[in-house]
Amino acid sequence: MSAAAYPTVWRPPALFGSRTRQRIAVSCGIAYFVWSIIDLNVDVARMLAGFPRALNMLGRMFPPDFGRWALLLDGMVESLQMALAATLVGALLSVPLGLAAARNLAPKPIYVVARGFIVLGRTLHEVIIAIFCVKLFGFGPVAGLITLGFASAVFLAKMLAEDIENVRLGPVEAIRATGAGFGQMVTYSIVPQVLARTVGMLIYRLDANVRHSTVIGIVGAGGIGQTLSASFSRYDYDFSAAILLSIIALVALGEGFSDWVRRKLR
Amino acid sequence: MSEAGVAKRYPEVWRRRSPRESALGWLWTATIALAAAWSVSALDIEWAFFADAHVQALDLVQRMWPPRWSYLPTIVRPLIETLHIATLGTAIALVLSVPLAFLAARNTTANGLTWAIGRALLVASRSVNTVIWGLVFVAIFGPGPVAGIAAVAARSVGFLAKLMAEAIEEADRGQIEAVQATGASTAQVYLAAVLPQVMPVLIGTTIYRWDINVRESSVLGFVGAGGIGLYLYASINQFAWQQVLVVLTTILVVVLLSEALSAYARARIT
Repeated sequence: MSAAAYPTVWRPPALFGSRTRQRIAVSCGIAYFVWSIIDLNVDVARMLAGFPRALNMLGRMFPPDFGRWALLLDGMVESLQMALAATLVGALLSVPLGLAAARNLAPKPIYVVARGFIVLGRTLHEVIIAIFCVKLFGFGPVAGLITLGFASAVFLAKMLAEDIENVRLGPVEAIRATGAGFGQMVTYSIVPQVLARTVGMLIYRLDANVRHSTVIGIVGAGGIGQTLSASFSRYDYDFSAAILLSIIALVALGEGFSDWVRRKLR
Repeated sequence: MSEAGVAKRYPEVWRRRSPRESALGWLWTATIALAAAWSVSALDIEWAFFADAHVQALDLVQRMWPPRWSYLPTIVRPLIETLHIATLGTAIALVLSVPLAFLAARNTTANGLTWAIGRALLVASRSVNTVIWGLVFVAIFGPGPVAGIAAVAARSVGFLAKLMAEAIEEADRGQIEAVQATGASTAQVYLAAVLPQVMPVLIGTTIYRWDINVRESSVLGFVGAGGIGLYLYASINQFAWQQVLVVLTTILVVVLLSEALSAYARARIT
């Protein structure tokens, strides 16, 4: 063996297998990036014209107008209710879906169907689902509830299925050995193993639903988003600012609550 | 201690929960039930809408089929634009998130005030949904992809900076002290000791955020912020359901592909 085979200078390990492949990946990334800038054909003058407009808008946002607090409160409460109800609906639906999507529990065909459903459900944005729910159930919070409930069910089911796939098999076999049926096996060997994480996920989803509930109102699915969208289209910027501040406060509170509960659970 | 005392402390029958635990459990259950009752009752659910929902759904499906594939060439450009919005928005967010993360991490921020400012910016960025940021930036820059890029960037900055700030807070003290011992300035310590440690997190979360952003930018068009959403919204408003199906299918394919690409790249990096 010659000494040349051992490099004397340390180099960081290459990504994507080899240095050539890394170079190709990075240069493809850069080429795409440059192309996207050129291709979008951004109108710089119009962008620069936006800055005085932004200042103007900020000026009109300040001071935020909390005068119509009753309207604001209504919207916020509706959003919160939508988020709460949707989390519960999602939690109930996610249990059968999650069981069906766990590779180690469900028969193959059921597993494939459930996984496919989860993948499709996660791909489409909540706002798109909301549009369809508005078409099916009419304007208002019910459409929002169903949208968020569906999105939560799919999300929670995915998490639940992954947790179930990672359970230790010892307890499962032990319970099976006592002659327990499927239901008893799930109740006594799987539930205790996944419960803590699932409750954590549930709380996280509640917090995510509060955040999402503020946006699906834009397509008419109820909640504070509807009020916000209306205030923007009326150039009612001081009221918009009040709504935005309230949303930030609500979400920050929700996040604080969710962090607190999950720390308690650990 | 008396015999009776011992017997009292060690009950004959095994119970999983102490009385206090089961009382707490019931309390939680009752709270959740009350919350459920309150939220559902106050939503004013019109059950009549549920009764004919399946009819409506069937009607919709029939109107959608067969998909009008001739619409496909029209939406190739907007699809590319959607990807551009996600990429450029993520790139801007990446650049902005590095200083913000250093500001919001407890061990690198200057003092309590700068930390509070950093945290407040994080919360504000993350609390407002991309689509709502879209509303704001359409009012500023006018309709078009620029508003979309700004919206994606505004939402992603908080996400990237939060995860990066957490990584900075968990960075190994030893390496920082080693660089400090050489007489390095604060900026040099950050560059030579902190940044390399958080780099994998930064790259990984950026790629992850990019694929979330592809999904988010598919609906930015609803508020006029460019991309495929505009065409989806227009098709829906014209009741051109056969076009809607084409648009939905392409969105599905693009989002799934970007998710797969992002998962592949992240698996290779970390």
